[in-house]
Amino acid sequence: MTARQRQVVFLVAMAGLAALYLAAIGGLPGFGHYPGAYGDVVDSVGVAARKATDVVTAVNFDIRGFDTLGEEFILFAAATGVSVVLRALREEREAPAPVEEAARRRERSRNAAVRVACMCSVGPTVVVGWNIVSHGQVNPGGGFQGGVILATAVLLVYLGGQFLTFRRISPADLLDAAEGAGAAGFALIGVGALAVGSAYLANVLPLGPSRGVVDSSGTIALISFVVGVEVAASMLVIVSELLEQTLLVKP
Amino acid sequence: MTWYPFVVVVWVLAVGLYGIVTSRHLVHQILCLAVVQSSTYLLLLAVGYRTGGVAPYFSDIPPSRTVDPVVAALCLTDVVVEATVTALLLAIAIQAHKRFGTLDPDELRQFRG
Amino acid sequence: MTPLLAVVFTLAGLGATAVVTTRQPSRQVVMLSIYGLVLAVLFFVVQQPDVALSQFTVGAVVLPIVVMLTLRKVSGNRPEDGGGP
Repeated sequence: MTARQRQVVFLVAMAGLAALYLAAIGGLPGFGHYPGAYGDVVDSVGVAARKATDVVTAVNFDIRGFDTLGEEFILFAAATGVSVVLRALREEREAPAPVEEAARRRERSRNAAVRVACMCSVGPTVVVGWNIVSHGQVNPGGGFQGGVILATAVLLVYLGGQFLTFRRISPADLLDAAEGAGAAGFALIGVGALAVGSAYLANVLPLGPSRGVVDSSGTIALISFVVGVEVAASMLVIVSELLEQTLLVKP
Repeated sequence: MTWYPFVVVVWVLAVGLYGIVTSRHLVHQILCLAVVQSSTYLLLLAVGYRTGGVAPYFSDIPPSRTVDPVVAALCLTDVVVEATVTALLLAIAIQAHKRFGTLDPDELRQFRG
Repeated sequence: MTPLLAVVFTLAGLGATAVVTTRQPSRQVVMLSIYGLVLAVLFFVVQQPDVALSQFTVGAVVLPIVVMLTLRKVSGNRPEDGGGP
């Protein structure tokens, strides 16, 4: 099939699909008129029964926890998949003693202002990342967003031109272990609930005296923490695999 | 006017699919897939919006009429997961380039089988 | 539906179009990052800061860096050609 024919087939098909979608939209309640029975229930349950002031995180890590476990395993599988796909051909083509050489090339190409700016941002970024991971049940945030920010902190080291330091503070074995521990931690917190005679992933920890603080809402903070570790490790596994491909492996 | 956001969602979906079909570069194709995925977030959040609703956080406000928190929970995990899936597709594109020396989908097809 | 909502949804539609019609991947990834920023603003406007934060971190950091590294790998340039990913 030529490109021209394919385009014609697509436009016909897309016209049909769009017509169906637009017909379906006609049956929706108009924008801003969501009836929202579940949302209202969750709003009251999240605060009253979980002492979490961020209802979205309460849904994610508690009320809908099992579904999020599935999402986290998609993340885990995708990051592992990147490693498997990229490592397949690596050994045979890696140049001899390439790490230091590649690193030296990079150090030269950075100017001092960029390096200082990157290094000064690392500390604050780590603090912001952990803050967002640990306060997911209080404010907007949680393990998923905070994990990405934590990964950013390590990437700043690379962007500052310190490829060797980047390799040293994020060695592949440690990242793989953290990734596995994050994924296993979530599943094991669920098993812990089984061990004390409750349902899988039930919120069995004491909820604490007041709402909207870090030690309130039971397992939510714990799950947010392991998800943060998992997301940060997965992002770093992906980026460091790609970096090694770019810097160390001959094309 | 009350259906305008949903029409935008259909437009984003359609334009993303158009990009995938007409693409001549695997990386371009993968990024178009990311656009298609973004239409699902737009749809979910547009459905969950309520006129006059506030964000579902109760640190400093009494319980009140909020936008739907369930759709937000669906979206926020998927935004992060989508990034890793995109990275997996890019890794496969790198391997395809290594083996066949091209990233044009039409040229790649002749290597099939 | 307020004018602000109409504007951000229109921008999102235009942003998606711009991402798709930018055929050169190295330019496209910049458009994708801008589109991600527009989406993050849109999510704020529809009162979902959690999703906005998620979209903002992913769109501003992870996606561009991953795509840039991929492009560098497949473009056949060696690192000694200078510049960063």
